[in-house]
Amino acid sequence: MNIGIPKETLTGENRVAASPTSVTELLKLGFSVQIQKGAGTKASFTDQEFIEAQASLVTKKVCWQSDVIFKVNAPSLDEVSQMKDGAYLVSFIAPAQSPELLEALRVKSITTFAMEMVPRMTRSQSMDALSSMANIGGYRAVIEAAHHFGRFFTGQITAAGKVPPAKVLIIGAGVAGLAALGAAGSLGAIVRAFDTRPEVKEQINSMGAEFLEVEIEEESGSGDGYAKVMSKAFIEAEMALFAEQAKDVDVIITTAMIPGKPAPKLITADMVASMTAGSVIVDLAAGGGGNCDLTQPGEVITTDNGVTVIGYTDMPARLPSQASQLYGTNLVNLLKLLCPEKDGKLAIDFEDPIMRGVTITKDGAVTWPAPPIQVAAAPTKQAEDSAPIEPAKQEMPAPVKYGLGAAGLALVAWIALNAPAAFLGHFTVFVLACIIGYYVVWNVSHALHTPLMAITNAVSGIIIVGALLQVGDELNLVSILALISVLIASINIAGGFYVTKRMLKMFQK
Amino acid sequence: MLAGMVITAYIIAAVLFIMALGGLSQQESAKRGIWFGIVGMGIALAATLLSPKVMGLTTGLSYIIIAMLIGAAIGIYMAKRVAMTEMPELVAILHSFVGLAAVFVGINSYLDHAQDLTPVMQNIHLVEVFLGVFIGAVTFTGSLVAFGKLRGIMSSKALNLPHRHKLNLLALLVSAVLLVQFVIQGGNDTYLVIMAIIAFVFGWHLVASIGGADMPVVVSMLNSYSGWAAAAAGFLLGNDLLIVTGALVGSSGAILSYIMCRAMNRSFISVIAGGFGNDPLTTDDEEEGEVQPTNAEEVASLLVNAKSVVITPGYGMAVAQAQYQVQDITQKLRAQGVEVRFGIHPVAGRLPGHMNVLLAEAKVPYDIVLEMDEINNDFANTDVVLVIGANDTVNPASKKPGSPIAGMPVLEVWHAKNVIVFKRGMASGYAGVQNPLFFMGNTKMLFGDAKASSDQIASHI
Repeated sequence: MNIGIPKETLTGENRVAASPTSVTELLKLGFSVQIQKGAGTKASFTDQEFIEAQASLVTKKVCWQSDVIFKVNAPSLDEVSQMKDGAYLVSFIAPAQSPELLEALRVKSITTFAMEMVPRMTRSQSMDALSSMANIGGYRAVIEAAHHFGRFFTGQITAAGKVPPAKVLIIGAGVAGLAALGAAGSLGAIVRAFDTRPEVKEQINSMGAEFLEVEIEEESGSGDGYAKVMSKAFIEAEMALFAEQAKDVDVIITTAMIPGKPAPKLITADMVASMTAGSVIVDLAAGGGGNCDLTQPGEVITTDNGVTVIGYTDMPARLPSQASQLYGTNLVNLLKLLCPEKDGKLAIDFEDPIMRGVTITKDGAVTWPAPPIQVAAAPTKQAEDSAPIEPAKQEMPAPVKYGLGAAGLALVAWIALNAPAAFLGHFTVFVLACIIGYYVVWNVSHALHTPLMAITNAVSGIIIVGALLQVGDELNLVSILALISVLIASINIAGGFYVTKRMLKMFQK
Repeated sequence: MLAGMVITAYIIAAVLFIMALGGLSQQESAKRGIWFGIVGMGIALAATLLSPKVMGLTTGLSYIIIAMLIGAAIGIYMAKRVAMTEMPELVAILHSFVGLAAVFVGINSYLDHAQDLTPVMQNIHLVEVFLGVFIGAVTFTGSLVAFGKLRGIMSSKALNLPHRHKLNLLALLVSAVLLVQFVIQGGNDTYLVIMAIIAFVFGWHLVASIGGADMPVVVSMLNSYSGWAAAAAGFLLGNDLLIVTGALVGSSGAILSYIMCRAMNRSFISVIAGGFGNDPLTTDDEEEGEVQPTNAEEVASLLVNAKSVVITPGYGMAVAQAQYQVQDITQKLRAQGVEVRFGIHPVAGRLPGHMNVLLAEAKVPYDIVLEMDEINNDFANTDVVLVIGANDTVNPASKKPGSPIAGMPVLEVWHAKNVIVFKRGMASGYAGVQNPLFFMGNTKMLFGDAKASSDQIASHI
């Protein structure tokens, strides 16, 4: 198959979907590569470099006729119409925002891989273009801020007087936030960071920044590696924190994005008004509507009180050479997955969560969104643990579930109507005990499961009570059976408790 | 003692049992928990012995005391002697006792019950007798088979009778028909005996057709059954303490089984019905390749120069009794400033939490023993992983669709810089799946008995 790399047409876009290095890698996978003339010029890759990497130089029209198209930005509808039917497209797409594009791709039976849909998993890190672009964006945000900020970032004591260090607040410690953290820190600024996910505290501290916390406990990992929408109380506490910080810091860099939703408004006009003149706000979420009330996407504005608000939406494109190289490598890694035989042919396996997630149109059908997968390491453990006993029930279709529920209710009602009160009393105790058991046992720590079994074993020797009451003075069949029961139940009780004690004694810190 | 006092004592005992299980939620409170259990049991026994019915006995009482003393002596003797690696067997045999006791209590209650029952109560009583005996019998033979398999007296391979699902279904159906007849006729000795025999065979077959790899599930399932058997006896005798305790144990076992099944990505039903390991395995994807053998000296120098080491033990460590040598290595490395941690797969071993108990026995500090989810992301930053007697739980084939263990969460040791696999030979694990880990570039095989190998490594550190 041949891969076509057209020139990006979006205004201000300097990147290209391949670098001479990535072209070499693609050839190794058995593909041929044709690149549109001048595609890499803005990213400082000359046509000559691509030719030396064994790519062929073609016109725009030929390029769009390739079997596989590599793009950075989503193609226009006009560009889609130039593609071959049944071709493959790898690009950022933003499927949620562009239904017409999805429809056009579907009609042409194009198989589309949307780079922003790569799931966040250990295995897929090498193809996570959002992360590699966010990394660049975070770095560039600090550079832009430093450029517009009329002072040093680092503190100095010179013969001409003392210069205080700049204070930088970073909101959202994702990839972009952490990159910004590092860049600002190495310029010498005092860096503070905030994130709704408490588990990133360590990462923030490890970069030498201070982690700001609000006083409300809330679980915020959504399990897929991104943050989720928070409760009202939490947001109020968070806003109070930002308002207080705004008065103090010189630079604010916001990176808060929630997948599939407009960016949350975190920095209000009032907060901006309370900042000192010369302060800078860089809004990396400008593309999603911005975290700051005053952000103008794509623009730099200065407020009446002298605060600069930078709303560039093309931060990665402002480091075009590096961005193209990293993005090109992400695409190569995706292709390595899609072409395991290295024979220049694509094989899509929907059992693989990465391939499933990234594919948004295939064989004339829209396959987006993919079913969710859980990837975050720690935060959702508790939630899982409280899952119901029978996993099968969760997957049951609603009618079956309600049917079973109704049948259960009917059974209970039947028992209640027909059974005498004496039995019902015992039945109530039984049901309640099952429920207590359910909650108590889920709390048992994993390491103690063997002691749990031993102790429940000992405790189930309680059947001795029943046997004791059946022993009579006469040694008839009943008494003998009861005595045997007493004997073996005693083995159980003594043995069970003793062995549990023995085990627990060994557990030590 | 008055009847009211007895009931109060039972309530106190029930509460203490709940607190005993609650205490196990943390290591620190676990030791207190067991005392709650012992005191609860003591109160229940004392109250029963002092109840009017038992106090009214003369010779009977002495028989009881003798039986209890003998039982307790046997129990303590067994519990003292058992090696921690034999825990699963002990637990299995203890389950069978509860099952047998439940059968006897059921039969007794049938033979010797109050005569003045209303017709409805009479029917309920008969149903309870029938169910109590049935569950008890299944628990009894099932546990015996589990014991035999764990001991190695019986083949741990799954028994594969033709139409085994249909046989099980037939046994249940016949029992159900017998139950209806039994109740309609107001009790019938023959039916009860036939049912008991069917239940014995059913229990035997049920566990016999489950393969060795599923033993953790089987043992905890039998734990659950023994609880239900006690609860059924409680209904029979109208004794709330038995009902509460039985329900606690029953739900505990059920939840443990569920946790085990989830850890193996298997449905509970399919484990119970048997079948894993019996299905003809696809052999066309056999991975073959060169393995790189290594020796103890090399491993020792690798370990000493490492920053971070993770040890993932499996059933092989239990078999070889190598936990003390492993702790020896751990201590020496920690003394040299190497970070050593343990990664425990939920189904490693033959009992839930089996590895934790063994490591605890060897005095490995429990705060460096981590669960699979806690450690899986750290393998990429780990210099050396020691895989000691584990196979299926570290098998990368689980990531490959079509493999018999596909989808089972595993310890992803292959992300580490070096993986050392302790193994006696190249046999595959219980799931019968070849392990591509052994052929990976960063994997070296240390052949030999895990205990001897660990000893040699420790001496070279």
